[in-house]
Amino acid sequence: MGALQSAPGQPEYTDLAEKTGCPRFSPCVFSVSFEQIAVLHKRFKQLSHNEETLRRDHFEKIPDLACNPIRAQIIGAFFDKRNYRQNGEGSVEEIGFEEFLVVMSHFRPPSMHFTEEQREGIRREKLRFLFNMHDTDNDGTITLEEYRHVVEELLSRSGALGKETAKSIADAAMLEVASISMGHMEPDEFYEGITFEHFLKLLDGFEIESKMNIRFLNMDTATMCK
Amino acid sequence: MPTGSGWLSPAGSGRSLPGRGLLLLTVLVLLEGTVFRLGAASTPDVSGHDTKDHHKATAIGHNSTKKAFPVLDLDYGHIQTPFEISLWVLLASLMKLGFHLIPRLSGIVPESCLLIVVGLLVGGLIKIAGEKVPPVLDSRLFFLCLLPPIILDAGYFLPIRPFMENLGTILIFAVVGTLWNAFFIGGLLYAVCQIQTGNSSELNGLGLLPCLLFGSIISAVDPVAVLAVFEEIHINELLHILVFGESLLNDAVTVVLYHLFEEYSGVGTVTVMDGFLGIISFLVVALGGVLVGAIYGILAAFTSRFTSHTRVIEPLFVFVYSYIAYLSAEMFHLSGIMALIACGAVMRPYVEANISHKSHTTIKYFLKMWSSVSETLIFIFLGVATVDGPHFWNWTFVTVTVILCLVARVIGVVGLTYIINKFRIVKLTTKDQFIIAYGGLRGAIAFSLGFLLKEDHFPERNMFLTAIITVIFFTVFVQGMTIKPLVELLAVKKKQEAKRSINEEIHTQFLDHLLTGIEDICGHYGHHHWKDKLNRFNKKYVKKCLIAGERSKEPQLIAFYHKMEMKQAIQLVESGGGVKMPSAMPSTVSMQNIQPKKLPPPKTVERALPQLPKGREEEIRKILRSNLQRTRQRLHSYNRHTLVADPYEDGFDKFILKKQKIIELENKIKEMNNYLTVPAAPTDSPTMSRARLASDPQAFSVKPDSDSVPIIQVDLASPQSPDTVNVMDEFRRADQEENQGLMMRCPRGPSEPKKSEDTEGARDQQKLMRCLSDPGPSADEDEDEPFLP
Repeated sequence: MGALQSAPGQPEYTDLAEKTGCPRFSPCVFSVSFEQIAVLHKRFKQLSHNEETLRRDHFEKIPDLACNPIRAQIIGAFFDKRNYRQNGEGSVEEIGFEEFLVVMSHFRPPSMHFTEEQREGIRREKLRFLFNMHDTDNDGTITLEEYRHVVEELLSRSGALGKETAKSIADAAMLEVASISMGHMEPDEFYEGITFEHFLKLLDGFEIESKMNIRFLNMDTATMCK
Repeated sequence: MPTGSGWLSPAGSGRSLPGRGLLLLTVLVLLEGTVFRLGAASTPDVSGHDTKDHHKATAIGHNSTKKAFPVLDLDYGHIQTPFEISLWVLLASLMKLGFHLIPRLSGIVPESCLLIVVGLLVGGLIKIAGEKVPPVLDSRLFFLCLLPPIILDAGYFLPIRPFMENLGTILIFAVVGTLWNAFFIGGLLYAVCQIQTGNSSELNGLGLLPCLLFGSIISAVDPVAVLAVFEEIHINELLHILVFGESLLNDAVTVVLYHLFEEYSGVGTVTVMDGFLGIISFLVVALGGVLVGAIYGILAAFTSRFTSHTRVIEPLFVFVYSYIAYLSAEMFHLSGIMALIACGAVMRPYVEANISHKSHTTIKYFLKMWSSVSETLIFIFLGVATVDGPHFWNWTFVTVTVILCLVARVIGVVGLTYIINKFRIVKLTTKDQFIIAYGGLRGAIAFSLGFLLKEDHFPERNMFLTAIITVIFFTVFVQGMTIKPLVELLAVKKKQEAKRSINEEIHTQFLDHLLTGIEDICGHYGHHHWKDKLNRFNKKYVKKCLIAGERSKEPQLIAFYHKMEMKQAIQLVESGGGVKMPSAMPSTVSMQNIQPKKLPPPKTVERALPQLPKGREEEIRKILRSNLQRTRQRLHSYNRHTLVADPYEDGFDKFILKKQKIIELENKIKEMNNYLTVPAAPTDSPTMSRARLASDPQAFSVKPDSDSVPIIQVDLASPQSPDTVNVMDEFRRADQEENQGLMMRCPRGPSEPKKSEDTEGARDQQKLMRCLSDPGPSADEDEDEPFLP
């Protein structure tokens, strides 16, 4: 810890580290470490050309991101207030480093020392992030149209064939969700959309806490605890 | 040849299953023994007698005493080798059968143990009979015939994703772990031998290098044993791939160490230069093997691109290319196992996109069959070779070896995990480490390598063999039997029943792209970034070369979706052609629950379907029956060169066109009202219609040039109305054949505006499908044949 004590601007980093923690639990255990914050801050400054805030066009200038089929949704996620852990809604036009960091902290891996409950918390958080990415109109459910849009984006590089099959894939997927969540439905009942609870149930065996991680955010944060 | 198989029919005679199984086993073992005795006894006599006779007859001519013409002759020598091989294979297969007839036993004892016991029995019988036991675990036979099928099976079906994700861990365990094991065991054995100088003389002459050689032979985890045991305990994917991957990749290390120590044992010293060369050699062996395998894999993929007209020999390409890859690698003393794995893994995605569904099934079943038989044979031979081999039992050596193996494994795993966990995201827990350590089984590869040692170079060979066999027995019996209860006891995570759902696939892909995007935003070129780059390279260049036709552009999600549809369609047929698609969880949710609500069709225009007159019905039924029968008969004849055309694969682009048509008219349907009296969903997505189309490709394909569409036209409104003729024109034009009968068409309201023929035709075809899949309004069902085959 000695080397970090001399890191510049440390009090604000502590503050930020707290913000990235999950509010329900002790922020120290969950937060991003100071070294990581420093690295991310450097990157932020690089992306924003040393301005204070990032806008969407800054993201769009990243060359590698151009060939990503779900680019728009990823960029959108950064400007989505629901991901800032403050129970906000809607979207903003520009973000500061704080928001950037909070969004990035969704991708930290769970430490080995977490209890089952903490792991569950992390799982919910990551799945919530995904859910927000799909639920663009923020009504709490992913409707068939929204899901179709997701699959279309994924197949957006395959031309005309992709568009038609995307619809059937989305239909089949929706059918599966409905079967798993609702079980039994009368022929004239209508399945409104995937709620967050159904989403959790759907991706139950997916082990997202081991998959949705960025390796370079992996530092055993328990050692950073004071 | 008294085979006595006549009364050995497995369909017993009222005995209980376990009794039957035991009887079968004992009889077979006895049979094996007697056959070999007779075989060995009769060979020299009969063949000699025959040739002598022949010479006498030709040389002397009619001067010799005339022998009676042999009506029935016994010539065992003529067929001896293939006969014995077949008998061994038969024994192995019947053993496998037999074990499953005794359920309790196979639950407690893993199959590998039982097979070794059988091998011991057979070997014992042969020895009692006084004959020489055939050198069954001869290294050439083992490495060239018995091992490749198992490794190919493992490599072809290797789950690439978890393997690649854990590649670093696997490599560290395989390379560093094996090196550690070899040197630890070898070194400590040498130390023990030095200590023992006073007591036993045979350990005295054991130099350092032979000890290290022994260490390197015994240290490698064996893929055959691991597969045999781990398959029965259904452990979670991560642990399975770690132990199994390690057992596969340590082959390179074993090969290098073995050759290094064997080469220099004679000389007596190993210098630093040799060590350095050894490291280089390791890299060459490992990477060379992978390269050789990859090259042959690409060749196989490229070949499979052109096999669309000769589907029958497609599986052969897979097998032959892989085997040649193995042999080529062995030729250069590269790692044959790694070559085989690389070949299978590289060729698989491209070959599977090119070959037909039937070839895919063939490959799968042949590989499983061969690897299963090979594995069984290996364990039986291990038992036989144990009975046979010259043994030299030395208490100290053997017990020290066994203990050292265990200790070395545990220390190695714990130490390496500590280092590895610093770099892993998903850390390995203590339970995981225990299973990895406990799963380090030794097997037949170690024995074969020991067998390969020459007696004159290594006077201690017999002692080595005894020790190797003891370790193998110990790991397979003790560890193999106890691992299952231990897994239960420690509540280790089991394998999740793989229910690959479309949602998980969507989200896997989504997550991949998301993480790649985030990595790009972070500016960190990690794992996902390079994987994405590789995928894009693959899609852009490699797939175009290696995959035929349209499939090369098919994105992975769509390919997966088609596969799932196929599977469901096949399930649909097998479950009796029910209207509902079987899903994993029984539910009554159907497509109509999902579709956004539309305006309900105005009830006023709905018309009831007029009842068919009885005579007409009979006529229809007769025509349908005869048409279907004709279809079936036509399809039953095929020659060896062309299998039944699988409409799902051939003419994929035609299929796409048809699909587009169906999609188009689906849009049109949304505006139209639908007057089907069949209780089907108002708008069927292409999923359902394609499922029905694909479910019974023989009878109801949509291909225009197929002669199997039963065109049955019944115009209920009026038999000769000009309407019907016009509407069905499009289909009649498309079909080369003349219409063979009646076509069922549901009535439409007269106020309907006439739509374009295209959509009409296709929509009616769809309705035709739906109508035919539901027997229709007639109440009595006196058909003895099923409507849909």
